[in-house]
Amino acid sequence: MSKPWKREENGETIVRSCAWSPPGCHPVGCGVQLHIKDGELVQIEGDPEHPVTRGALCPRCLAMKDVIYHKDRIKYPMKRAFEDRGKDKWERITLDEAFDILEEKTRYFTDTYGPESIVVFCGTGREATVYHNELTFMGFGSPNACYAQSGWSCYAPRVSSMAYLMGGGYPEIDYAARYPDRYEHPGWEAPKYIMLWGKDPLKSNADGLWGHAIVDLMKDYGTKLITVDPRVTWIGTKAEYNLQLRPGTDAAMALGILNVIINEDLYDHDAVEKWTYGFDELKERVQEYPTDKVAEITWVDEDLIIGAARAFATSKHSAIGWGLSVDQNPNGIQVGHALLSIMAITDNIDVPGGCTLGLPIDDDTNVDMIRRALEAETIDEATFSKRIGAEEYPFVCQLMSTNHPDSVLDTLETQEPYRLRMGVFQSSNVVGGAISAAQERWLEAMKTSFEFVAATELFQNPTTMALADLIFPLKTWVEHDTLVESHYGFNVAFNGACNKAIDVVEGVDDLEFMMKIGERMFPEYWKQFDGVDDYLAKVRLPSGYTWESFREEGIVQPEEIYRKAEKGLMRFDGEPGYMSQSGRIELWSHAYSQFGDDPLPYFIEPPRSPVSTPELFKKYPFVLTTGGRRYTSFHSEHRQIERLREIDAQPIVEINPNAAKRLGIENGDWVWIENEFGRVKQVAELTEGIDERVVHAHHGWWFPEQDGEEPNLFGFRQSNINVIMPHKEIGKLGFGDTFKCEICNIYKVTD
Amino acid sequence: MNGLLIDYNWCSGCHSCEIACKNEHDIPLGKWGIKVTEDGPWKLPNGEWHWTNVPIPTEICDLCSKRVSEGKEPSCVQHCQAKCMQFGPLEDLVKKAEKIGKKAVIFMP
Repeated sequence: MSKPWKREENGETIVRSCAWSPPGCHPVGCGVQLHIKDGELVQIEGDPEHPVTRGALCPRCLAMKDVIYHKDRIKYPMKRAFEDRGKDKWERITLDEAFDILEEKTRYFTDTYGPESIVVFCGTGREATVYHNELTFMGFGSPNACYAQSGWSCYAPRVSSMAYLMGGGYPEIDYAARYPDRYEHPGWEAPKYIMLWGKDPLKSNADGLWGHAIVDLMKDYGTKLITVDPRVTWIGTKAEYNLQLRPGTDAAMALGILNVIINEDLYDHDAVEKWTYGFDELKERVQEYPTDKVAEITWVDEDLIIGAARAFATSKHSAIGWGLSVDQNPNGIQVGHALLSIMAITDNIDVPGGCTLGLPIDDDTNVDMIRRALEAETIDEATFSKRIGAEEYPFVCQLMSTNHPDSVLDTLETQEPYRLRMGVFQSSNVVGGAISAAQERWLEAMKTSFEFVAATELFQNPTTMALADLIFPLKTWVEHDTLVESHYGFNVAFNGACNKAIDVVEGVDDLEFMMKIGERMFPEYWKQFDGVDDYLAKVRLPSGYTWESFREEGIVQPEEIYRKAEKGLMRFDGEPGYMSQSGRIELWSHAYSQFGDDPLPYFIEPPRSPVSTPELFKKYPFVLTTGGRRYTSFHSEHRQIERLREIDAQPIVEINPNAAKRLGIENGDWVWIENEFGRVKQVAELTEGIDERVVHAHHGWWFPEQDGEEPNLFGFRQSNINVIMPHKEIGKLGFGDTFKCEICNIYKVTD
Repeated sequence: MNGLLIDYNWCSGCHSCEIACKNEHDIPLGKWGIKVTEDGPWKLPNGEWHWTNVPIPTEICDLCSKRVSEGKEPSCVQHCQAKCMQFGPLEDLVKKAEKIGKKAVIFMP
């Protein structure tokens, strides 16, 4: 970076920063320059010096001023009488008073019912996710950290699979992100093919991947594309192979591709021999998935499947970008396993132009957090063992250290094995947001169970309005110092400094919230830190940096080292290989077998589908997939930002024109989407980009412009697709949901 | 004379140019300095997909004369995530358009 992180220019202070959250986004760390005048943000621009984003910026960051200075932003701490829940009746208090109340309630529930009676919720993607376990174990002393997405179905299934199958190191498309000189770097090569699997990274920038890098690679470096997606995405229209599969049949597709690669002898014998375990067993398994059968299951032409498999396997090196569809599927662990198998047997792991690999994950990375908490005596073993659902779903809960989200709803409804009495929401809109299934059930159960609820938020939303007794205003990423680590640390392209530029609200950021409640509850541990910057330097920054020296450097890119397994860098003992039980990438998994699942990948039909429930399908004759992203929102956020809402005004359900014609539906009509769990309405968008038998509903919709009070709660019941997503349709080991593989009926709204 | 070259094979329709332009020129709701038009997806007779986005500048566009005088790129060009927009003298842009070969357009707002 040629300029200091903060400089004066033409009467303005310009602060360089890397964006994250709040409002929500993944840890992409896009480069920005914040223009400050008289303490106010007057302009936001991309930073041309940023090695990854190079001056570009998405519309959400470009509209940050609208977020920061929005009239509806929560600007000071507020409390509300318990009997006024659901009403817009708030009383302003000071930040100290707010923490006094939080401390008093925490002590009361801890002393009276045990710390396990407190549950801490966290939303997806945002900065708070990194501190969620720490806040729970070391701020509240509770064992119950809850990510309320049914089946923990975001990123964690992929990360956990990698941990069990190869000792970690999340594979990501090699887009030269670790090099300051990027695509010009000697030794880097562009992927020949990228297989985008259930992923639209241009919109999602998922997990920290800068999505528009795919355009760079295709436009300037000749990369070709294979997309595996029920919908044709914009980038998918540029693909050489477009496998528009039936939602939820991903495992069959991946096994079919493996069948071609193995039976046609297109795999890399050397890579298989040296670095994989269980190839013969996998070879036997894929015989159950001949391409004609896979074509029948997936609704994709056999020739396309064979063509894509051949193209990928014979083009070294190539990469797979695997998306949320791997997670949001009860069969998802097997999808991830099959995709890793494709990468491994074609020698596309940890090579230039293939998939880069993060450093090994200690098989207790998150357990490490609990170990710190146990050492600091903010929690004890007996309390930690009370995590809801941990015994039933060890595959999920051991690595994530959280409780199991679906079990939490069961507990809230039954009060078994004990009652959860206090809820803390770390900017997570569980009631009307994007992650929870059966939202009405969550709402009712939480209303019944929680005697006290505290929340940190930017704006009122269905969750805060229904439940909160105490609200802390949350500072945006422009208002606090923090570290952005792409991929949450699992495959770091760079560490970026997010610099505080302005003060706007009387509130907290995610780190301050954790430290302040921590200092009150567990001063012996937390007194070692002199504020957030000191905490960052001691616990979170790359070694050798103070906050000041780190923010001055701005971006710290770790060295890219390929073929780490050969060099002994994927094991803590320095031996070649991986940290799985066999020391290799496990195509046949010891861990899966020990956890009680099939050690090899397999396909199962979604719980409801034309094949598994043909009678029900007559009543609900469309396969329903949900959750495609738009550029103008982060899941359920940004709905009140007028300049973004002007672009995407209403919830959209995509329907093929032929299907719509049969149903008398025209473009722009409001339609009901109905299944056995209820109905919600969205606006029909007719598109050839989706099969006649499939519809796609957008997610996370609520209406800040509507009445926020009960019973309306900003109208989330009208259009939020998660209202009709079923509870606990999870995979055998506890991961997965059916958000991307349900069935439904569609009909015009006439009343 | 300067213009705006769009390599519209690669416009992803991300709307960054729209908001960047609104920021630069302080344009209210309902009005635009540049606006992305979208057509697609639909299948061409040869079986390939058509899905084309083209950002079109309005009369408000002054090619960011203030920014350009400060040595910066026009705001839409800088913030374009797909890097499919270029600013410069028309004669240079024509050469670049020829090199792109197809699906390119030059605007003189």
